Amino acid sequence: MDELNSLFQGFAVVLTPMNLLLMVVGIVLGVLIGVLPGLGGANGVAILLPLTFTMTPTSAIIMLSCIYWGALFGGAITSILFNIPGEPWSVATTFDGYPMAQQGRAGEALTAAFTSSFIGAFVAVVMITFMAPLVAKFALQFGPPEFFAVYLLTFCSFVGMGKGSPFKILASMTIGFALASVGMDTVTGQLRLTFGWLELMRGFDFLIAVIGLFGIGEILLSMEEGLAFSGKQAKIDSKIVLATWKKLPKYWMTSIRSSLVGIWMGITPGGATPASFMSYGLAKKMSKTGNKFGTGEIEGVIAPETAAHAAGTSALLPMLALGIPGSPTAAVLLGGLLIWGLQPGPLLFTEQKDFVWGLIASMYLGNLVGLVVVLTTVPLFASILRIPFSIIAPVIIVICAIGAYTVHNAMLDIWFMLLFGIVGYLFKKLDYPIAPLVLALVLGDKAEDAFRQSMLISQGDVSVMFSNYLVGSITALALVLLFWPLISKVLNKIRPPKKDEFEAERPVD
Amino acid sequence: MSLSETKAPEVKGPATYLVEAAVAICVIILGCVVIYGSRELGAGWTSEGPGSGYFPFYIGLIMAISGAGILFQAFFSRKGKNTAVFVDGEQIKRVLSVLIPAGIYVFAVEFIGLYVASFLYITLFMVILGKFSWVKSFIAAFCVNALFFMMFEVWFKVPLYKGELDLLSFLGY
Repeated sequence: MDELNSLFQGFAVVLTPMNLLLMVVGIVLGVLIGVLPGLGGANGVAILLPLTFTMTPTSAIIMLSCIYWGALFGGAITSILFNIPGEPWSVATTFDGYPMAQQGRAGEALTAAFTSSFIGAFVAVVMITFMAPLVAKFALQFGPPEFFAVYLLTFCSFVGMGKGSPFKILASMTIGFALASVGMDTVTGQLRLTFGWLELMRGFDFLIAVIGLFGIGEILLSMEEGLAFSGKQAKIDSKIVLATWKKLPKYWMTSIRSSLVGIWMGITPGGATPASFMSYGLAKKMSKTGNKFGTGEIEGVIAPETAAHAAGTSALLPMLALGIPGSPTAAVLLGGLLIWGLQPGPLLFTEQKDFVWGLIASMYLGNLVGLVVVLTTVPLFASILRIPFSIIAPVIIVICAIGAYTVHNAMLDIWFMLLFGIVGYLFKKLDYPIAPLVLALVLGDKAEDAFRQSMLISQGDVSVMFSNYLVGSITALALVLLFWPLISKVLNKIRPPKKDEFEAERPVD
Repeated sequence: MSLSETKAPEVKGPATYLVEAAVAICVIILGCVVIYGSRELGAGWTSEGPGSGYFPFYIGLIMAISGAGILFQAFFSRKGKNTAVFVDGEQIKRVLSVLIPAGIYVFAVEFIGLYVASFLYITLFMVILGKFSWVKSFIAAFCVNALFFMMFEVWFKVPLYKGELDLLSFLGY
């Protein structure tokens, strides 16, 4: 029961008035970010990261992770009230959430969504509490080849599990890697791919890319659609909350199943969106009222929300235990660790006990605080979406510019942000996934170091990737995922597949 | 795509598969630039192990190949060419009405600093695109910037760019 001891120590770290205040501030900012178009979890955290430079790492991670929980909660508000999914994984929530709002049951839908988000996150945090130390301990034996194999697995699973053209996933990923290699080479100290442009020596910071791709790109997209929000009114009072809570225990099977789906898919990168769809599909198949799904069934809100939050939370497990983030937001948090001077990876659990357990404890508390905050303040946040877009758009662009500037105090970064914005707009319109680009940009240097070290060990022999059972099986799994688009084609020829009924709605993540 | 959609009123604009092809060609060019750059650095094996260009070389190679794949899919997809309009005139106008002022704004930041430029940008954006009255826009822009100023300069002590002409120097920050 070492974990429980450490966890209680973590609670002791977290439970100071300052940290609790930061938690509430983080949640409120997070919900705001989740509700506003153009600001999602990843770039919200990226923009606010510079504000934490002067804090202690523990306070900083508490505030930033709370922003993340807040953004996850906020996504549900827009999907249910406005039929606009704030994040790709809230798309499935709109299927039943918006019809419920149309029937005047918005309060019920929101309560169900928030509560099941909380349950999904809670189950996932319990899993992290007990699994993360084990994974970290196991990973202490990893050498460079093993780490490179895990990186390979991370990136190959984008190809294997992603939707859309595998070429586009590969292109997006390699652009990320190429941008990551610009600047000073960490091994030889040579300048790489700067083509004589000294300002590029610093390289491309992924925070700039995140702010541009997600923030500016999203604004351009919303602008193209000529935004006119027409939302439903939301009134939540304690009566509706209690009445809904009374109904929820009936769907315990759905909750458990969705949490498990979420945890399983969340550990692999880019898993939250497929998890929410898979969970919705399963609930539809298994529910007695499955044929009524899509017309405003409460179960159709519970299933995707639970899974999405379980997945969003368990995406932090590989980030904590291995130093490999499972989602763009986790990648931004990882970038934060580096800035605060912590070395992510398995050693974090032994060297930075207070930090790790403080973070895990803050996950429990943050989600609880978040649930209370969103249940009490929904009408306030819903009214933000009624502010005309011509006020919100320039303010968000200003916020993005400030965020981009503060990363390195460099003007050039604001220009890059604008450029990334245009790229983000084109990529979104052409169904290129953005998450692989961001993850490759964050992990590029580390993946390359691991690769070069493994190549040095083996003197350039690629077979080092199969030198023992552990590294061999990870590499083999990675290769299977990489060629999955081809393998599944062959399998389809042999045995015609069942049709995926949500194929069209699922966004490219 | 259903039949009724293709018969919808004529909208002019570039077809999606053409834009797709153009972006794919950009990806190929970028891939070739990376390959060229890493060959210059030494993409082979040096006395100290893999050279600086060793890893980027393969990255560039995969990028160029996937660009070619996307280009091929744009023209010879099994579903046929995607001839839907990528953006119509109205849409591109709306996008540019955000993008061009944003460019001018970033340009202005270089000279007059973040706060003053943001103030002018929000005011003008609201008046010209949002059709708000001058007074309302003025107040909104001032409040937003005052909030940012307090947050960054005073509370969190993160100084922002004041520009080459520091118009706010009288504030003492």
